[in-house]
This record gives sequence, structure tokens and C-alpha cells, in this order.
Amino acid sequence: MGAQIHGTLEFNAEKRKDIRFSEEALKEIEKIKSRYPQGKQKSALIPVLHIAQAENDGWLSPEVMDYVASLLNIQPIEVFEVASFYTMFNLKPVGKCVIEVCRTSSCWLLGAEDIIKYIEKKLGIKEGQTTPDGMFTLKTVECLGSCGTAPVMQVGASYHENLTFEKVDKILDKYRAEGRRRNYTDLDYENTK
Amino acid sequence: MGRKLLLAHENVPGIDRLDVYRAHGGYASVEKALKSMKPEDVVEEVKKSGLRGRGGAGFPTGLKWSFLAKPEGVPRYLVCNADESEPGTFKDRYLMEKIPHSLIEGMIVSSYALGSNTSYIYIRGEYFYVSRILEKAIQEAYEAGWLGKNILGTDYSLDLYVQVGAGAYICGEETALIESLEGKRGNPRIKPPFPAVAGLWGCPTVVNNVETIAAVAPIINMGGEEYAKIGIGKSTGTKLISASGHINKPGVYEIELGLPVEEFIYSDQYCGGIRNGKKLKAVVAGGSSVPILPADLILKTAKGEPRLMTYESLFDGGFQSGTMLGSGGFIVMDEDTSIVKNLWNFTRFYHHESCGQCSPCREGTGWMEKILHKFLEGTANLSDIDLLWDIQSKIEGKTICPLGDAAAWPVASAIRHFKQEFEEIAKSKKFKDVSHYERLHKPAMA
Ligand SMILES: Cc1cc2nc3c(=O)[nH]c(=O)nc-3n(C[C@H](O)[C@H](O)[C@H](O)COP(=O)(O)O)c2cc1C
Ligand code: FES
Repeated sequence: MGAQIHGTLEFNAEKRKDIRFSEEALKEIEKIKSRYPQGKQKSALIPVLHIAQAENDGWLSPEVMDYVASLLNIQPIEVFEVASFYTMFNLKPVGKCVIEVCRTSSCWLLGAEDIIKYIEKKLGIKEGQTTPDGMFTLKTVECLGSCGTAPVMQVGASYHENLTFEKVDKILDKYRAEGRRRNYTDLDYENTK
Repeated sequence: MGRKLLLAHENVPGIDRLDVYRAHGGYASVEKALKSMKPEDVVEEVKKSGLRGRGGAGFPTGLKWSFLAKPEGVPRYLVCNADESEPGTFKDRYLMEKIPHSLIEGMIVSSYALGSNTSYIYIRGEYFYVSRILEKAIQEAYEAGWLGKNILGTDYSLDLYVQVGAGAYICGEETALIESLEGKRGNPRIKPPFPAVAGLWGCPTVVNNVETIAAVAPIINMGGEEYAKIGIGKSTGTKLISASGHINKPGVYEIELGLPVEEFIYSDQYCGGIRNGKKLKAVVAGGSSVPILPADLILKTAKGEPRLMTYESLFDGGFQSGTMLGSGGFIVMDEDTSIVKNLWNFTRFYHHESCGQCSPCREGTGWMEKILHKFLEGTANLSDIDLLWDIQSKIEGKTICPLGDAAAWPVASAIRHFKQEFEEIAKSKKFKDVSHYERLHKPAMA
């Protein structure tokens, strides 16, 4: 959460000028803004940040946050203080697929620790790191609300449940073969039970 | 035992679609409420039903609704709490994914009762795909005239929106949820004022859990008095229990309140007993925040009476020997589980999720996590047990929101009931854990 943000943000005013979201994204943002009463458009911030992150290779750069501020008519600091509070927003570049393995109690009771170690070994990275080819970032997260089908991991919008080493192999190999970015906002989620 | 009100049609193919849902009696409560009842009548039925909030605190829903301020010319809001982040809890996800229209139906009737013309479902960001399922169902409901202007030709209109969060347990706390819905950090507000007076955008607001709102539909259909006949005493109706951990049949079960805990754990209809023929060691009965109980105390109260799945029976004995129904997140641990390591896991969770506003919670959860980690490293001393006790006692009741209590109770109860485990590690300077994965997949070897 907020307290765990380190380092400084480097804002590049030149780059900010290049930020452009897709037509679809801008349309979606307008739709979201219409859900609130007049003058309360700041309420759209979190949903809009999800879209912004998907539009910007899975992370929120200072320039993107600045751009979002302009879309909602709020100060950039209002965007940053929110972006830095919520765990689903990345303030640094990430791989195309962010693997988020649940580490909380029920998953731990059914072997999440071993699943995390297995993925670390398979990908040759530690928790928090990204593979050199930029394909995967490995994260551990708190309870995903899937404790009855533990252990569990989330990749983009998709839930992968009842994990075993074999299942992890199959799932990650498939993502690698497809090679595309996965976002929370994807419509084509593919849950595996 | 075993009546189902929320999950009666869970296995009907296509029940997530409006036509199938309708064919199984869906939206009947909307017709009944909007055509033949005044909003106050709906509130009255909910009062009679004895329904208590299913989000964790168990506060009577009808009473909560009656607190809603109604100043002239000020909009009122109903916000559904679908943040579901309490470890061990996954029932709301199940309900929304399987039968999304049941929540929408409940939202319409409840919004009508409260006089809300714009309502929101705030759902945790991780459930993004569930938000798509809900949005699709909402779209269907609009097209069929269950939402929008002049529903069923009455002068009642309702717009319903889904709002996603972005990963923060604290946003399940109702005032943090409201802050988050307003586009801010999830910092709980100081109360009073309560949301019923000044909630979303400063307007009177009711926040209710997904399951609470879904339960309003069957209550209106059957009548509050009939609903109140299910259950025992002040624990009326049915409850969704999320069962996880070392059991044969994890999953979401709808139980009639009053079911004996022993039956819930061992009957094949529910959890189906402990995996691999192991013995039961402990249960966290209502989500990570409630006190953990050892096997003997979860099955029977200190007085030797069978423990029942009710708010009262689980709390029997207070925190000395009891626990709470909470969110119904029922986590079962077998004989090989380290209570100390589980506690460290929980404490790391609370440390990670503390919003940081209140020093006792922000600092205290971190200290407890560190001290517990010393046990895992085998470097803890006996005095560390007293230190843990001291810290938790100085968090409880000293924070703006109950996250502090939720972080303190697991620590207090683990020490209360399993002190020996802490002492053994502190004396021997050794900690040994099992590989839960190996035990699961190669039980013969482990
Ligand atoms: C830290 C914390 C987390 C909470 N998380 C949730 C949650 O995920 N879902 C929920 O319904 N209630 C949660 N609550 C309880 C809410 O504050 C609130 O009491 C509840 O939504 C009221 O609805 P109900 O009366 O229908 O239960 C949480 C409370 C706290 C203190
Ligand atoms: S503990 Fe892993 S999903 Fe709940």
C-alpha cells in the first residue's frame, strides 16, 4: 500500500504530450463518468486508472497519471495518492503477464508456498521480479476470494484455481506461447478450475 | 435442515441468464414490492425477518435501514459491499458469478425500500470478470424493464452501476468503501457521522453486503415472519458458508442457521470431514478476523453443549472460549498445522492491509509480524509471547475502524488456546513446518 512506495517519480512533460488513449478507451471513460451526479466525476478515478493501466502496457507512469488527471479535471496528486494506495496499480513497468499467487492462509494450508517456489524456479526469477524477456512478472498477493479452490493465482482477469505444478506448467506455457499482454480489464478471461 | 433460499437453483444450467432466472421465479419480489407494498412495508418485512448483516458484524438489517436519514430534496444511496476480501471468504463471488440476477433483484427491492434511485455495487478489483457478469445481467435487466425509468409502470426509477475497486482489504470497511467509491484512498472515516446520515457524497447511505441484499428477495416473497421461522432465536434464515482448508469438500454451502458445527464439518452433505483421515486441530469459523478455536471448543462450548452455527452459539463463552460467525469464512486446520505459522500469515496480511491512519494498527501489526517471524526462525524467546500479548491488547479498541481489532483477535486467541506451541518453539529454538503441498499430493510420503 501507500507506505511501501519508494523512490521518486520522474515526470516528463514532453512524454506527457505523447500520451493518447484509444478511441474505445476514451468512450469507455466517458461512459463511466456518466454514472455519477454532476460534479462528482472524481469517483471515476479507480475504474479509469484500470483502463489507463491497460492502455499503457500494464503500468501507470507519471505521465499517464497526469493525463488521467486532465481527463477527470483533478490535480495530478489526487491521482498519484490513489494509484499508490491500491495494490492492483503498478507504478513500475511489468511483464506482459503478471502472475499473482495468493499467499494467504487457506492457500498456504494447501501448498501455496510450494507453488510460489515452483514458479520462481520455473521462471528463474524471484517474487517481485520480471523475466528478462519481459513476459512474466511474479507477485504474491493476499486472499483472492477463492480459498475453496486453493491454491490460486490470478493472471490479468483470469483465475487459475486448484493449482498443481502440472497445472502451473500448462497455464504458463500457454501464456508464453500466446505471447500477448493480459489485463484485468480483458473481456476474454479464461478461468481454470 | 437444508432449506435453500439463495442457492436453490445454483445448478440450473443458464441460471445466470434472465430468461432462465425468471422461469425459476426470479424478480417475483420486485413485482410484489413495487406493485403491492409501500417502501416502509418492505422495511417492516425485513425487520420482521430478523435478517442480520452477512458482511461480518451481524447487525440487524431492518434496524439499520430505519436509521437512514430522509432530508427533503437530498438523494439517498444504497451501496452493495462486494469487496469480499476477508481471508477465507468467497461466498459473494460464488453467488454473483452463479446467479447474478439474485443480487440485482435484491438491489431493486432494497433500493425501493430505501428510496434510492441510483445504487452502486462496489466490487473488489480482483473480481473484474465477475463485474462483467454483473454488467451483462444488469444490461439484460434494463432491457426487460426491471431497471431504468418507471419500473413495471410505477413511478419508481432506478439506475444500477457496478464499480470496481483495485486491491485493498480495507475498502470492505463501509466508510473506506465510500471513500474509494468517491475516487480516494481507502481511509476509513471517523464516526459519527454514520453513513446513514452522511455517506456517499455526504448523502444518507446504506451499505450492505451482497448476501444480505440477495436475502431480501426471498424475505419479500415468503414474508418476514416465515423467514424468521428458519434458524434459532436471533439467528434467523439461511447463511452462506465458505468452507476451506483441510477438508474433503471445500466450497460454498447454504446452511440453515442452527446447524451443529460437528455436522457441518463431518457430514458428507457439507465439508465431508478432514482430508486424508487426519484429526481436526483448529477452526477459524468466521473469516480471518475472528478468534481461532481448538477442535474441542469449536465442536462443543465450554459448558459441553454442542456448538451450533448461529451468531449466539459460536459466541458462547465470549472470547475466553468462543468465537464469532463473522462473514462465514470457515477455515479448517488439521493436526499437522502450525498455529504459529498460520498466525504469522494472518498478521502479515493485516500489516499489509492496514491503511496506515492509526498508529496502533499501522505500527502494531508490523511489530507483531516481525515477532512472529522470530518464531519461524527459531530465535524467539518466551518473553516474546508476553510482548505479542501486550501489543495486541494495545491495538484492540484503539483505532478508527475495526481492522485493528481484526488484527488483534487472532493473536490473542492463538496465544490463549495454543500457548504451548509458542512456548515449545521459544524453548527449543526450533521451528519445523510441513510441506502442505506434499501432504496433499503425496499423502503416503508426507
Ligand atoms: C476491515 C474491514 C473489512 C470489511 N470487509 C467487508 C467485506 O469485504 N464485505 C462486507 O460485506 N463487509 C465488510 N466489512 C463490514 C462493513 O464495514 C459493513 O459492516 C458491512 O458491509 C455492512 O453490511 P451488512 O450489514 O449487510 O453486513 C468489513 C469491515 C471491516 C472493519
Ligand atoms: S486464501 Fe487464497 S484465495 Fe483466499
